[in-house]
Amino acid sequence: MTEAPVPDAAPDAGTFRRLHPLTPVLRGWKVFAAVVAVALQQMYGDVSPGYLFLAIAASIPVGIAYGWLSWRRTHFRVGRDDLRLETGVLFRRSRQVRLDRLQAVDVVRPLVARALGLAELRLEVAGGSSSEAPLAYLSEPAAQQLRAELLARAAGLDHGSDPAPVAPERVLLTVPLGRLVEAQLRTGGLVGGVVAGVLMVVVAGVSGEVTLLGLALPFLLVAVPAGLGGVVGQFDFTVAESPDGLRLRRGLLETRAQTVPPGRVQAVRVVEPLLWRSRGWVRVEANVAGYVGEGQQRASVLAPVATRDEAARLLAVVLPGLDSRQVVPRGVPRRARWLDPLQWRSLAVGSDDRFLLVRRGRWRRETDLLPHEKVQSVRISQGAVQRRLGLATLHVDTTPGPVAVVAAHRDAVDARTLLDAEVAAARAARAVARPDRWMQPPAAPDGPNVTL
Amino acid sequence: MSEPFDPPGEPWVRVSPRLATVRRIGLLVVWVPLSALLVVLLWLVQAWLGVLAAVVALLGLAWVWAVVGRTVRSWGYAERADDLLVTRGVLRRQLVVVPYGRMQFVDVTAGPLDRRFGLATVQLHTAAAATDASIPGLVPAEAARLRDRLAARGEATAAGL
Repeated sequence: MTEAPVPDAAPDAGTFRRLHPLTPVLRGWKVFAAVVAVALQQMYGDVSPGYLFLAIAASIPVGIAYGWLSWRRTHFRVGRDDLRLETGVLFRRSRQVRLDRLQAVDVVRPLVARALGLAELRLEVAGGSSSEAPLAYLSEPAAQQLRAELLARAAGLDHGSDPAPVAPERVLLTVPLGRLVEAQLRTGGLVGGVVAGVLMVVVAGVSGEVTLLGLALPFLLVAVPAGLGGVVGQFDFTVAESPDGLRLRRGLLETRAQTVPPGRVQAVRVVEPLLWRSRGWVRVEANVAGYVGEGQQRASVLAPVATRDEAARLLAVVLPGLDSRQVVPRGVPRRARWLDPLQWRSLAVGSDDRFLLVRRGRWRRETDLLPHEKVQSVRISQGAVQRRLGLATLHVDTTPGPVAVVAAHRDAVDARTLLDAEVAAARAARAVARPDRWMQPPAAPDGPNVTL
Repeated sequence: MSEPFDPPGEPWVRVSPRLATVRRIGLLVVWVPLSALLVVLLWLVQAWLGVLAAVVALLGLAWVWAVVGRTVRSWGYAERADDLLVTRGVLRRQLVVVPYGRMQFVDVTAGPLDRRFGLATVQLHTAAAATDASIPGLVPAEAARLRDRLAARGEATAAGL
């Protein structure tokens, strides 16, 4: 390890750079908060407050010293094909991230970091158990600049020593606050909770049992923060399209800006909850290979609540070439009612030469869309009852995420035919799939011709 | 095609019947002490309860014993030009197709009992966690051959995510 260059050195490739010098303060603040939290818990124990105060006071310099050391020892370098990240105080680690395998780049700004003008940059690569290379923290302009640079290099462009230009973007949809709030109010959990709570209050009023009022409280208390959390987390949700991928921005307190490069979306699910149907709203979720572990559910939302037109526009960008008129879904045989008496009519599968479409749900409608070239493996399974009925379930596996493509209760022979067809279609699609470096793209898609 | 779990044109390669022996030994090691413990405990409460438990445990053992044989006979795999097919299961049947190009890595594992009987398990992993393609009960030479062939085919047809 050579002696480190000056902080915020000129951002040309090949030199090692450092994180922002305020990083130890922000990191140290976390250590301090953790110690205080532990100390507060111990207050109820038999430790005297004097010792606790000492412990808290001692934790400040220790935390800052460790944070400073850690900052001194952290360097990163953007190469032609990779990002090198050197970290660790006691155990040194040098990590190399291949940029052609880049799945997503997120710029996350927690509340405290925002106040200081800092941001964390996360690189997502398939196969890790968490974010592969979190760069916390950078100054905001540096984070934006680095993101542009990483994406340009991942795309196969090399701007030499010039800073990579930030790609222009076109906004596809924004979610107005009013719609976000109403959508949260229209979720089953919230409505159920409030109804249950109100019912309790009414029963209490009628019967004169005041203790029932206490029972109503938890229902209301659980329902309200869940809805509030959704609004705060998805506040000002914006989806934009740019040559380096899909840009997702949202958040009230902690803001998050995700960039998912073209071709990195593995599978898409369009969800239409019952209570949203009268409004014509849908939610769009996707599997992105890098998003695993905690926060996966949140990171995988492409649109928390969108109109059908907006969703169609979004799908045209995410799954170019999708024409849902080409895909004619076929249902399941009537004998499937023995296994799914209420919703068997809603189960359907269709495909064209590019995509597989799977539908399910009578009240909460779900539509899964999967490009054939993203298929990892295909399965059919048959339980004991299904066997008696001559039915089987088709599973099409993609990378982990909220979208699990399962077509239940097909006619058994039909399921096998679908399996063989999917395997063949996937093989054909892989052969012509767009390269990892997406700046050599195939023919452009011809506009949004998607109906949901 | 007449049956959904038919082999793909060529017959299934079946796994070694010795796998049944290994599984049965494993079964005895777990089943016998557990049910003996249960029988003794119930016998201490009520003698007839203990006898009943012993009968149920024996019948259960006989049934699982038989099912192990059928399960082992149900495993099969077929190597095609572009993908590997694996089928298995008696109560819940399954057929999985894994394209070689989708393979991330291959594991060959063998526990102490497996090694004693000269068996090994080959497992394929893709980027999808749900992919469930493992082949137990292979003789080590066949396991090694399969691993090498899968690795070679995977390299030749590898695709980006």
